[in-house]
Amino acid sequence: MSNDNNHNKIIRVENLTKTFESKKDSLHALKDVSFSIEKGDIYGIIGLSGAGKSTLVRCLNLLEKPTSGKVIVKDKDLLALSKEELRLERQKIGMIFQHFNLLAQRTVLDNICLPLEIRGIPKKERQAKAMELLKSVGLESKSGAYPSQLSGGQQQRVAIARVLANEPDILLCDEATSALDPQTTKTILDLLLDINRQLGITIVVITHEMRVVKEICKHVAVLDEGILQETGTVSEVFTNPRTHAAKRLIYMGLSEETEEEVAKHVG
Amino acid sequence: MWDKAMIDMLLEGIKDTLYMTLLSTFFGYVLGLPLGIALAVTDKEGIQPNAVIYRILDFIVNIVRSIPFLILLILVIPLTRALVGKSYGPTATIVPLTLAAAPFIGRMVESSLKEVDHGVIEAAISMGARTRTIITKVLIGESRTSLLVGVTIVLGTVLGYSAMAGVVGGGGLGDIAIRYGYYRYETEVMIVTLVIIVVLVQLLQWLGMLLSRKLDHRKK
Repeated sequence: MSNDNNHNKIIRVENLTKTFESKKDSLHALKDVSFSIEKGDIYGIIGLSGAGKSTLVRCLNLLEKPTSGKVIVKDKDLLALSKEELRLERQKIGMIFQHFNLLAQRTVLDNICLPLEIRGIPKKERQAKAMELLKSVGLESKSGAYPSQLSGGQQQRVAIARVLANEPDILLCDEATSALDPQTTKTILDLLLDINRQLGITIVVITHEMRVVKEICKHVAVLDEGILQETGTVSEVFTNPRTHAAKRLIYMGLSEETEEEVAKHVG
Repeated sequence: MWDKAMIDMLLEGIKDTLYMTLLSTFFGYVLGLPLGIALAVTDKEGIQPNAVIYRILDFIVNIVRSIPFLILLILVIPLTRALVGKSYGPTATIVPLTLAAAPFIGRMVESSLKEVDHGVIEAAISMGARTRTIITKVLIGESRTSLLVGVTIVLGTVLGYSAMAGVVGGGGLGDIAIRYGYYRYETEVMIVTLVIIVVLVQLLQWLGMLLSRKLDHRKK
């Protein structure tokens, strides 16, 4: 173990700014955001829609290029990498999406094969591995089905199996349960928890649903209007939110609280 | 007049028309597919935006597409002679047909590839896919039904163009229709020829749609 404070940080974001320029004006999606995530953590980033959380998670694998600041993943500054280096680095940073983003014209098994094809794994080997992954998400009977024949929850399971094919160190979840009903959400969250525990994959969860964070996250960051309001352990932030934005978000998110109580808390 | 010679001539016409249509469409795709891919990829919403390349290709496509086919047919005669050795007959007609089809195909391919869900492309990028892999496995793979519908439309259009080549002795059914119907006033032959052309286009259309529907897995 090193004494270096950054040693355990698998992701470090430093002074990240993202501005979308249009002809008329510019939108500041992220303003000077800094935080870090420990290896093995399940880290939640919550905020209302338009808070910039999706932009933030997309900056972590450079699907979105930051305007300024640094994104350091496993001690590598992603913005300093060559195109080819970034491509290889991305293979170890998996991502799942709100709308699953499976290939509609490929079977479930062939969808899981895609990342392996990208890495040039021979056909026999990748099909065996894909089948194994499909079993691990409990969908081995659906190997020949097409995504359109699956429910939302099943599609997200396939997407999770697909992302695991690259044996990533990090898994980014961009509103991964937002298109699912509460029950299905629960099963997907349990699966993510399993992945974190058994494979030691660091998970970053972007969501507007408080219960997702409460259910699986260890640490949480509150994002509001492109500004990181506060970070901490889930229990810290949820029991004692310090900023106005966090209070508003947390008390509104707890369904057992009434409007008046929210008003009382927020003041 | 419906003797064996006439029937043989019509059969020969069908053969020539299909020969011209299929080969021109094939060579059209040899040129048009990379062109369409380049247009879709370099577009500002594409996976590798490049305004300069896009504008140049876009300009060339628009220019060639604006030239009426009959004019193009005559314009490229020197090229046709150089490639085929003569400027008339079915084989010679393939040259202008290919040149007319290529930019049209480029546009069809471009629009098919642009239909692919951007989220799926992003998923591939996030997996660390090369641009080449995204083109072959995601863009083409996901838009294959749309591409096939495109092939069907192109075949019908090229078949129609090939009939026009009859004016300059291009061979095929169009040639027969013009020679008998226009020059000799044998309306009956012209009508029979037209019916055959219509049936051929319908057949190609039906086959193309059947195939693309069979290959489409987007719906249950």
